Amino acid sequence: MALQDKDRIFTNIYGFQDWGLAGACARGQWADTKSFIDKGHDWIINEVKASGLRGRGGAGFPTGLKWSFMPKNDPRPSYLVINADESEPGSCKDREIMRHDPHHLIEGALIASFAMRAHTCYIYVRGEFIREREQLQAAIDQAYEAKLIGKNNVHGWDFDLYVHHGAGAYICGEETALLESLEGKKGQPRLKPPFPANMGLYGAPTTVNNVESIAVVPTILRRGGAWFAGLGKPNNTGTKLFQISGHVEQPCVVEEEMGIPLRELIERHAGGVRGGWDNLLAVIPGGSSMPMIPAATCQDLTMDFDTLSKLKSGMGTAAVIVMDKSTDVIAAIRRIAYFYKHESCGQCTPCREGCGWMWRVLQRMERGDAEKREIDLLFDVTKQVEGHTICALGDAAAWPVQGLIRNFRHVIEERIDKRQASTRQAAE
Amino acid sequence: MSVRRLDPEQPKSFAFTPENLAWAEATIAKYPPGKQASAVIPLLWRAQEQHDGWLPEPAMRLVADMLGMAYIRVYEIATFYTMFQLSPVGKKAHVQVCGTTPCMLRGAEALVDVCKKKIHPDPHHLSADGNFSWEEVECLGVCANAPMVQIWKDTYEDLTPELLEKVLDGFATGNPPKPGSQIGRQASCPKGGPTTLKDFTKAGK
Repeated sequence: MALQDKDRIFTNIYGFQDWGLAGACARGQWADTKSFIDKGHDWIINEVKASGLRGRGGAGFPTGLKWSFMPKNDPRPSYLVINADESEPGSCKDREIMRHDPHHLIEGALIASFAMRAHTCYIYVRGEFIREREQLQAAIDQAYEAKLIGKNNVHGWDFDLYVHHGAGAYICGEETALLESLEGKKGQPRLKPPFPANMGLYGAPTTVNNVESIAVVPTILRRGGAWFAGLGKPNNTGTKLFQISGHVEQPCVVEEEMGIPLRELIERHAGGVRGGWDNLLAVIPGGSSMPMIPAATCQDLTMDFDTLSKLKSGMGTAAVIVMDKSTDVIAAIRRIAYFYKHESCGQCTPCREGCGWMWRVLQRMERGDAEKREIDLLFDVTKQVEGHTICALGDAAAWPVQGLIRNFRHVIEERIDKRQASTRQAAE
Repeated sequence: MSVRRLDPEQPKSFAFTPENLAWAEATIAKYPPGKQASAVIPLLWRAQEQHDGWLPEPAMRLVADMLGMAYIRVYEIATFYTMFQLSPVGKKAHVQVCGTTPCMLRGAEALVDVCKKKIHPDPHHLSADGNFSWEEVECLGVCANAPMVQIWKDTYEDLTPELLEKVLDGFATGNPPKPGSQIGRQASCPKGGPTTLKDFTKAGK
């Protein structure tokens, strides 16, 4: 049973309709917002908890619970910071929200800020999304103009919403690096604890949420947490924007129910794997940092946090990168390793040195110019990077390489054999 | 990490235009008093836009003075964030080819070859006429419309080598094509038409 249109939240995700305030209101946004605020901070947080919403930025932490960590009687101002630094390779959903349905995000920002007693919210948009932030700013200007937000707005909660932007650093998607960047520094992650809820932006209580997590909140309140919790699977509830890229006939972004079978997702919406399902080699199910899953496991795979983490992979941002049998899988992972080498902030030695090291070894393995014992050595190095850095970029760099070795060791070995055979021949 | 250094040839001075100065003051006001350093990236970016797409050293000092920051802190920002171009770029187009795996799987390497052939064999070098330059960048977040390039503020998506040549020719003659999908797709909707929300494809419904 596929998700029906009446249960879709992002009804203008492709931008066929008016992105602006009039269009948003016609699609049901900004309706009853005041009634939610009148019900109070705790009612909103409880409703979000009841919906089972888990953070859409990758880690899948329960959003309502995260909000409840914010202090209630603190003399410092509280901040909501929305993470629109969408940079995980494969991910391209927040862009569509910001340019085609931005009022979901703005309304959600108001509601979430109220729930956490924040009067100020910053949206940190990745630097490359220039048109997207122009569009978002235009929508925010509309909301100010209509007194939906701002000082003395119709909702009775003073609220300022600002668009901030980065300048091309993947690491700023990590929440504490994002806060550093927002404070005007290099995006280098902070040690935790203290967590942002106690010591975040400008040393004040802060919650950082993904764009999609915030943008779904108004609809959850309008239709009830129980409605959202009734979609998907237990502990993996609701709808989700899936992004399907790579070797499919029709790459696309589509909102579907959590827990949808991967094969159905690809065949119903993305026109199927190029050359047919049997031509599938592997998928990366949740953005480049998630270990790949080989075709044999994809057959009955469902797309949700718990299923994918059981398979030693992850849901991440639900960015599905499909690879067919024509893929040089070592090259594909070598390119991901280069990405992490490029994006390492340089703060922790295992990541700064390890990412470059893994990339260089994979470059040789791609040519077959390696020894088989180096495969175990490479795996060992990924384990020395993983878990030994301040933030998760080290893990994110290590996992795809581990996924490659776990699932495609034979491909690396064959390549080494082939090269050794050809060099022997040349020597004779 | 990548090694990024300032260009040896720098202009003597830099000043914001009156419009950009007013914009900068409004931007600084978005942040609480005493936290004006938060505006450093937006201000540097505006300086780069004003200065033909690259960020000169005097602009870094100007922004540091405006925000009460030490020069070294602003140099750090300019060299850490890779969207700051530290050397001159093409006058008509600086082409940023996304090369990360989702684009690579759909042929980004062939787009790099087009740039090598048409612009310069090496990235970050000006073409002979000074009008073009290119670089390979990391994921630009347009993966469902891969492969793609970004030129200035806009993205050109669903490319083939032939389509990229057309885009570049458009910039050369001063008639750049309409941004977005170059095969006529609506945003990230499936190429063959929407599989969902079919009632929402017309304006106003």
